[in-house]
Amino acid sequence: MSEPRWEHFPHGADIGIRGVGPTMASAFEQVALALTAVLTDPSSVASKETVEIRCEASTADELLYDWVDTLIYEMSTRSVLFGAYDVKIDGFRLRARALGETVDRARHEPAIEVKAPTYTELRVARVDDQWVAQCVVDV
Amino acid sequence: MNTALLERVHEFQWRRKPTGAMQVPVVIFATESLVREMDDKVLEQASNVAMLPGIVGASFVMPDGHWGYGFPIGGVAAFEPGGVVSAGGVGFDISCGVRCVATGVKSERVRAVQERLADLLFERVPVGVGVEGKIRLDDAEMDAMLRGGASWAVGRRWGRPEDLGRIEEGGRVDGAVPDAVSERAQERQRKLMGTLGSGNHYLEVQRVSHVFDEPAARAFGLEVDDVVISIHCGSRGMGHQIGTDYLREMERSAPQHGIKLPDRELACAPLRSDLGKRYMGAMRAAINCALANRQIIMHLARGIFADVLPDADLKLVYDVSHNTCKEEEHVVGGKKRTLFVHRKGATRAFGPGHRELPREFADAGQPVLIGGSMGTESWVLAGTHEGMDRSFGSACHGAGRKMSRNAAAKLWKGRDVIQTLARQGISIRAVGIRGVAEEAPGAYKDVSVVVDAAHDAGLARKVARLEPMICIKG
Repeated sequence: MSEPRWEHFPHGADIGIRGVGPTMASAFEQVALALTAVLTDPSSVASKETVEIRCEASTADELLYDWVDTLIYEMSTRSVLFGAYDVKIDGFRLRARALGETVDRARHEPAIEVKAPTYTELRVARVDDQWVAQCVVDV
Repeated sequence: MNTALLERVHEFQWRRKPTGAMQVPVVIFATESLVREMDDKVLEQASNVAMLPGIVGASFVMPDGHWGYGFPIGGVAAFEPGGVVSAGGVGFDISCGVRCVATGVKSERVRAVQERLADLLFERVPVGVGVEGKIRLDDAEMDAMLRGGASWAVGRRWGRPEDLGRIEEGGRVDGAVPDAVSERAQERQRKLMGTLGSGNHYLEVQRVSHVFDEPAARAFGLEVDDVVISIHCGSRGMGHQIGTDYLREMERSAPQHGIKLPDRELACAPLRSDLGKRYMGAMRAAINCALANRQIIMHLARGIFADVLPDADLKLVYDVSHNTCKEEEHVVGGKKRTLFVHRKGATRAFGPGHRELPREFADAGQPVLIGGSMGTESWVLAGTHEGMDRSFGSACHGAGRKMSRNAAAKLWKGRDVIQTLARQGISIRAVGIRGVAEEAPGAYKDVSVVVDAAHDAGLARKVARLEPMICIKG
């Protein structure tokens, strides 16, 4: 089985974020890294603060929308960037820790704000032996 | 776009007949080459919009139409009061728009202080990711801002009373319901008043390089070689969160309202439902937030100009919003009707004599402000009588991207882009170097082609072209 990974995929005016991993939780961790990577290089973010996050939904798609929405909200209102994630998913209930630090404009050179998750290309699915979680985000 | 499905009505107008669940046709205003360059997704999205309950006339696409979410960007659709309102049809950046401010000085004066002015604007106008404004809103002030818009800001001395007449709806839209705005949306806005944001948002100092319509330019207070300031931004975190909240709620509740969504992103609710009313109240609050935000940024610019060019007098030309749903009266088939007009990446463009326009614009029509991309020209157009009939008084809003952000970041380096523009006499100040690469001029379509098409299609007519001198980016 290949390592968990994240990537961006193109969309007309915006950007797609995708996470791939052996479990749904791992795919959610990876898609969150892809979200961070829209703003900055995730490896440049130190784990100085921890934010606890909980989401609950009635489908996997809704859970992903809520997860991305909550991360955008937390980063924006706390003026932090998250560089590492630890996600546990039970049914459609998510508990997570997001680790990061206050935005440092010189070091992180944040490129662009993410405004919102979208339903465009929104998908949580098992493909072969991997989980994929993805959506386009509005920037 | 494959034109096989389209009928060419005349040189600048294309039509797709209603088929299947479409209740009205799709009408695209564009030249043949613009239509061919549009993604097939634009027609698919405009056709989906044509299926929504209560749509009137047609599902319109402006000349800068491109692939968006649910609605195409450059999409205009009007609904009868028994129809729907779509959170996707307004989008996430509610009331994102452009404010154009005359400075009363000529370009030579600005050239002499250009770098210092650029530095001060960059230092004092909060811009980019993770930055906060100086204003903090407690619950009472949040409520007052959401109801009062730019009028609230002027009441707090961030502006002059005469500014308000030069803003759509006099600077505040009625019917805002702060209680319909979630706690999250309010939290996202508490520290962001008077901030510019990032992405394609900017503050530019521009020079009027050409006037096409002297009487209209005079009415707008513009002459060749005048310096103006253009502010392009929206309702910041608040609008983004309201969009997110209501898109989710409308998507999840569509079946209860008996609505079958052709695309989840078109999430909508009946205007007369509780959800539709709550969304209208929240969306109007976000419009007021955007108007207040642009008002505060203009106030900051006034302070900076007062320090650098004390004899400059910053007067508002006009302020337009691009992503809205507004209750308006239009004549349809000879009858006056109340309609809820969604403009997604489109500008309201009311024609001469419209009662919502300030008296001094009665002959010229409404100023239609078209933002360029970083380093490229912008435009001032004016609304027309024909546009009132053809597109519910709507025109294009900008150039539109022709390349994804990833592709642009691979093709250009931010520092090179800044140097190239500096050689053209344009001073760029930007927070993120990668952001500059993603916003490189070559990543956007040529705005003049879009403007020509809007002019030739009769949606709005050309008044003045603006070329950039200073660009502040997030």
